[in-house]
Amino acid sequence: MSMNSADLINNAEKEWVWNETPLLKVRGLSKQFGAGCIHCKQPTSDEQEGSRCQYCGSIWACRNLSFDLYPGEILGVVGESGSGKSTLVKCLYFDEETTVGEMSISSYEDKTSNLFEKSAQQKRYIRNHVMGMVYQNPLLGLRMPISSSGNIAEKLFAADHYHVGSIRQRAADLLQKVEIPLARMDEPPKNFSGGMQQRVQISKALANNPPLLLLDEVTTGLDLSVQAKVLDLIRNIQRELRVAMIVVSHDLGVIRMLADRTMVLRQGLIVEQGLTDQILEDPRHPYTQLLVHSLL
Amino acid sequence: MQTTEQKQNNHKRTFNTAEYNFAFLDEGSKREIRRKSLKAVAIPGYQVAFASREMPIGRGWGTGGLQLTLSLLGRQDTLKVIDQGNDDSVNAVSIRRLVEETSGILTTEETAQASIIQSRHRIPEEKLKFDQILVLQVPQPEPLRKVERREERTRIQHAEMDYSAMWLTLYESIVKWGSITLGADYPVMVHERYIMAPSPIPRWDTEKLHQSHHLTLFGAGREKKIYAIPPYTNVQPLEFEDYPFEVESFDGLSCRHCGSMDSFLDEVVDDEAGITIHQCSDTAYCRQQQERIG
Amino acid sequence: MSLILKAIGLGKWFELSLSHQMKVSPFQNLSFEVAKGEFMGIAGPSGIGKSSILKCLYRTYLPSSGEIWFDSSLYGTIDLAKATERQITHLRIREIGYVSQFFKAIPRISALDVVADRLLPLGYSLNQARDRAMQLLERLNIPEQLWQAYPATFSGGEQQRVNLARAFAVRPRLLILDEPTASLDNDTKLNVLALMKEMKQDGTTMIGVFHDWDVMGKVADQILDLRKLQASKEQEQMAGM
Repeated sequence: MSMNSADLINNAEKEWVWNETPLLKVRGLSKQFGAGCIHCKQPTSDEQEGSRCQYCGSIWACRNLSFDLYPGEILGVVGESGSGKSTLVKCLYFDEETTVGEMSISSYEDKTSNLFEKSAQQKRYIRNHVMGMVYQNPLLGLRMPISSSGNIAEKLFAADHYHVGSIRQRAADLLQKVEIPLARMDEPPKNFSGGMQQRVQISKALANNPPLLLLDEVTTGLDLSVQAKVLDLIRNIQRELRVAMIVVSHDLGVIRMLADRTMVLRQGLIVEQGLTDQILEDPRHPYTQLLVHSLL
Repeated sequence: MQTTEQKQNNHKRTFNTAEYNFAFLDEGSKREIRRKSLKAVAIPGYQVAFASREMPIGRGWGTGGLQLTLSLLGRQDTLKVIDQGNDDSVNAVSIRRLVEETSGILTTEETAQASIIQSRHRIPEEKLKFDQILVLQVPQPEPLRKVERREERTRIQHAEMDYSAMWLTLYESIVKWGSITLGADYPVMVHERYIMAPSPIPRWDTEKLHQSHHLTLFGAGREKKIYAIPPYTNVQPLEFEDYPFEVESFDGLSCRHCGSMDSFLDEVVDDEAGITIHQCSDTAYCRQQQERIG
Repeated sequence: MSLILKAIGLGKWFELSLSHQMKVSPFQNLSFEVAKGEFMGIAGPSGIGKSSILKCLYRTYLPSSGEIWFDSSLYGTIDLAKATERQITHLRIREIGYVSQFFKAIPRISALDVVADRLLPLGYSLNQARDRAMQLLERLNIPEQLWQAYPATFSGGEQQRVNLARAFAVRPRLLILDEPTASLDNDTKLNVLALMKEMKQDGTTMIGVFHDWDVMGKVADQILDLRKLQASKEQEQMAGM
């Protein structure tokens, strides 16, 4: 059989590629901590200028960040602590209030409205239906004393599922996907190891089939072998469900394994972005070069 | 037992306008409480904060209900006060006396005779009518308090209809015990909007709140909240599709006094005989049934 | 014959600023053309920048100057040096393949899935992809008992065969090969050559660097000799002085 894939690109596929729109669009996202003063009304895009206002001590943790994320794509966000990468995902998930900026998600409502301006109730709907979040600290994403299946059920209630039988079926499927034994589905996460808790958190984030998953340093602090298992799980989920992800990590090794595209953050600014192999093999910014050469 | 006429005479004798304003509370306080009650009626199931007054009975002993009752009373009203269905319990009697002495209005034990019924933990068996008001005493008005300690958070949860945590407790109960183990104060959804604590009435009474002919007002004196279910409002106990809400079952049991098989029964242990027997929780209803049988 | 690729004034330099400022330029002002269906070999001594050219074509390196015009089925004629990252992603999935010099083992993925993963973005189901992957692994003489094993534990030659199986699983419009046969035994090398010929017959254009002239001679229709190019440039410069 001749399989010249180049010749196999039909018009429908071309049209699909051409019309492809980003799932997530972020424009000019800035986040300031502190009251701010007349000297720091606007975040500067000058790398030489620090993110901290020398007059009032306020900090622009994210400065004018703009990027797109396409359906099914994994975007890596790398940077040292204090670079603003965690603040970025917390803003996207509405955990932090964004100071200025716009965000739209193509699968939500009219595709273009600025989600940062939505009401608290709408934001909660978006968090429950359009996004999933996995925190570095499972305490933030899980109710520790509640059963694992209950943790997943909580997400399903938010999506108006009120049939215990089907909720338990869904919880069992999700927990099985993250390799939590069925016999333990009603055990509270507080009984579990760190790696297991992280896997329960992932299954909870996936409960409503969100098209977008945010992962904030999810393997940090885990033993190497446990880390590997969680990373494999994330990769398998992406392969199976084609869910788009933003993977935040200080660890280029994690980014290398997962991300199609990578953004390098420093002092709240995107100092470099590109295809992950290009960032790793042809880093242009001195800071990225330092990161790459620090990779074991 | 005193007749209604006798009682009426008593009140006329004891009420002294020089010592108390009509119905104890000053007019300003009553006006505030009525205004808050109207707001509560306008937003069914929503907890309205009010300036709960010091009352001559201890907080937690029905001061919320009492303040509602006193602010509602007119000179033409007839009041019935019950505690767990009983007109003669100490608490019910004290409240009734207080109202009698400070307002001189009529009181009654007959459910149908009363224009205002203040109750703790029960709704009368007899179906209430459009011109009656039921006032329920509430110890804990916040149904979400069990899942969220902070008032600031529960208010936001109500505002956003963020009720997952509440459902979660019901789910956990099913996982642990195979059914929802909540007995009294079973949470209800009012007017498809707010989850509400119906006060510690048994499940048996919960269904009486749905599309009722009468207005129900809830008063929590210690927690300083008033809320309401206006007549003909949808009140749905929280239930899962495959775990429907069920009321207490008294299958095969009947009241030892009136023989009723379709009222809410209290368990009484006969120490001498060493057996458990049952009787109507609603004493007025029981007496009515006994009289009917003769 | 129509062109599929045309590089004009292509150049790359790296600015390193780790211990001290340093500027490295593997090649500059390079122009060449490749006709559709042709095999172009790139020759020259090591260190002259052959791999860098290939990486620029695949955009693992971002070209510093010049244009790379590619006749894409998806986008029509497109400058790979300027294409967006998303365009490059689509091109890599559907039109441009790349075989690296060394196989970068992805941890904890079986040899079979390393190959099958290449097909998933094209819409293959996992089972279809694995079926196709098995064919290729067989073609490249990888013993069946290794299919479920992790390539990280394989010998260099075995790893490279997995790498090739992954690239050959699809028939891209353009295949870039960076010394793919360096670590192969003779039998496998012959299989690889046969596979490359098949792909060529199916219309795949190839650009490759081979360490041995023997292979290069067998497959290449055109050879871009960097040493000659450099010499002629130096001559020009001399003449200009």
